[in-house]
Amino acid sequence: MQPVATTFFFYFLAAVTVLSGVLVITRRNPVHSALALILALLGQAGLYLMLYAPFVAGVQIILYAGGIMVLFLFVIMLVSIEKSQKEEQFNNMWIVGLLAALALGALFIGVYVKGRDLFAGREVALPEQSNTQQIAILLYGNYMFAFEIASLLLLVAIIGAVVMAKKRI
Amino acid sequence: MLDDVTSYLKSDTTPGQAGNFLWAFIYILLIFLGLSVAVIAMNWLERKILAHMQVRLGPMRVGPHGLLQPIADAIKLLIKEDIMPSESDPFVFWTAPLIVVLTAFTVFIVVPFGPTHAVTDMNIGVLFMLGVSSLSVLGVVMAGWASNSHYPLMGALRSSAQMVSYEIAMGLAVISAVLMTSLNQSGTGTLSMIGIVQAQEAQATWFVFKFFPLGLIAFFVFAVAMVAETNRAPFDLPEAESELTAGFHTEYSGFRWSLFFLAEYSAMIAVSSIAVTLWLGGWLHPFPHWLSGETWDLVFSLFPGLTFVFLAGLTFYSVARMPKHPYFRVQTMGLAGFGAVLGLIGLALFAPPVRDRVQDIYWFAAKVAGFMYLYIWYRGTFPRYRFDQLMTVGWKILLPIGLGVLIVTAILGVVL
Repeated sequence: MQPVATTFFFYFLAAVTVLSGVLVITRRNPVHSALALILALLGQAGLYLMLYAPFVAGVQIILYAGGIMVLFLFVIMLVSIEKSQKEEQFNNMWIVGLLAALALGALFIGVYVKGRDLFAGREVALPEQSNTQQIAILLYGNYMFAFEIASLLLLVAIIGAVVMAKKRI
Repeated sequence: MLDDVTSYLKSDTTPGQAGNFLWAFIYILLIFLGLSVAVIAMNWLERKILAHMQVRLGPMRVGPHGLLQPIADAIKLLIKEDIMPSESDPFVFWTAPLIVVLTAFTVFIVVPFGPTHAVTDMNIGVLFMLGVSSLSVLGVVMAGWASNSHYPLMGALRSSAQMVSYEIAMGLAVISAVLMTSLNQSGTGTLSMIGIVQAQEAQATWFVFKFFPLGLIAFFVFAVAMVAETNRAPFDLPEAESELTAGFHTEYSGFRWSLFFLAEYSAMIAVSSIAVTLWLGGWLHPFPHWLSGETWDLVFSLFPGLTFVFLAGLTFYSVARMPKHPYFRVQTMGLAGFGAVLGLIGLALFAPPVRDRVQDIYWFAAKVAGFMYLYIWYRGTFPRYRFDQLMTVGWKILLPIGLGVLIVTAILGVVL
């Protein structure tokens, strides 16, 4: 079917993502920050969906919002909230951070202005119905080796974590 | 306007794919309504069946055979005082049950009640269902933390650890079923819920019986994991008031507790419908290939009406057996009215245009209902697991079995 109200959904999801991103760094309570981060990630998943990448959106929800953020919350909830609320929220590095953010923003604006010349005439085909299949063919066909190396890296990380956490195995 | 309504009925896609907002809205309303009725019915049935398993009568006071008991319960829950613990986090305390309910209902967008009877068919159907239902862990964690009390916090950690670890076994079982969709086809499988059922139709077998006993083992892993995932007996640690001071919802009462209750039952229906779609052939009637042809189609399409008429018959039998004392006159009349409604629905389902459309939904619902009965049966028979036993079952038994089945399925898929 033809997409409807695309502009509305884009601005809505973008606003959700940006606003909850701001909330992440301004909330004093770390649990509220983590919840805002989840909202930001969900908004991002919606944006992926708008870019005709349903598989990436689904993986984003499962891995980030459902998996990693739960572990985040686990850790934060066991930390004493009273103590963390007394700590200073921003340190003196904020000038550097602001400069970096401005540079990144300038880069984005530059790409937006000159984008037509940089990526001229590239109208992306929209394989909505077979997006997952396309990803599977690429991952397990063309980029098989890189994919397996990445999974080996993750395996090493898991074993390393277990070795460090457990004295006797 | 009227054209919009009728033209869709002749098409053969889901409203989401056809881009028909009106019908998508109607489907959403119907699913919401059906789900609410199913939760109410489950509430009554669970108490009644458990009671009969324990040689008790169960609820008998409110309405004939306690039929109005769920309504009485709902009213009680709504007018109960809603307590919020002092020093709790009000915002998180409020949003936690909402998140759990939202995720439990959202997954029904992709549940295929029939080849055209789904709100929409997504390219990532199964992934979407697993992903969105995994978000309900967040609600559990938030509820435990926001209560600002030690018992719910510990309970939330327990429940979420349980849900996160069983999700892995569940995912492995699902992948082995998704692998099976790629066989006898162009070589690429599908994650879409409707596509999975169509693959079973094309391969002339339900995936439980595919590569016997591989499909059966994967189904078994999923069936155990889905009980743990929904926090039901024998994995119902949040219900263990006596030994663990219940779980994440200890501090919840009244309306907010009833939201958790609603979410639990609709999540049960949701995971059961995943199991039905992946392994039990979704909307296909039993033996779709042996018993095909016009006569069998007619016979199977009569089933929905026959079921309702049979239920109506049982109700009238109960009416005849009601005590003749004048005290029971209103109850007897009410029961007879209920039977008449059931009978009328049954007769309406015999009409040809209705019965052709409804029979897919009927078979899907019948299979899901089988799972719902199993849930109650488990609760009546199995003793509760201890937490360490629960983790052992999840990580040391189900996970290796799931991995093994996945590998063997992949090998067989390449060889055969």
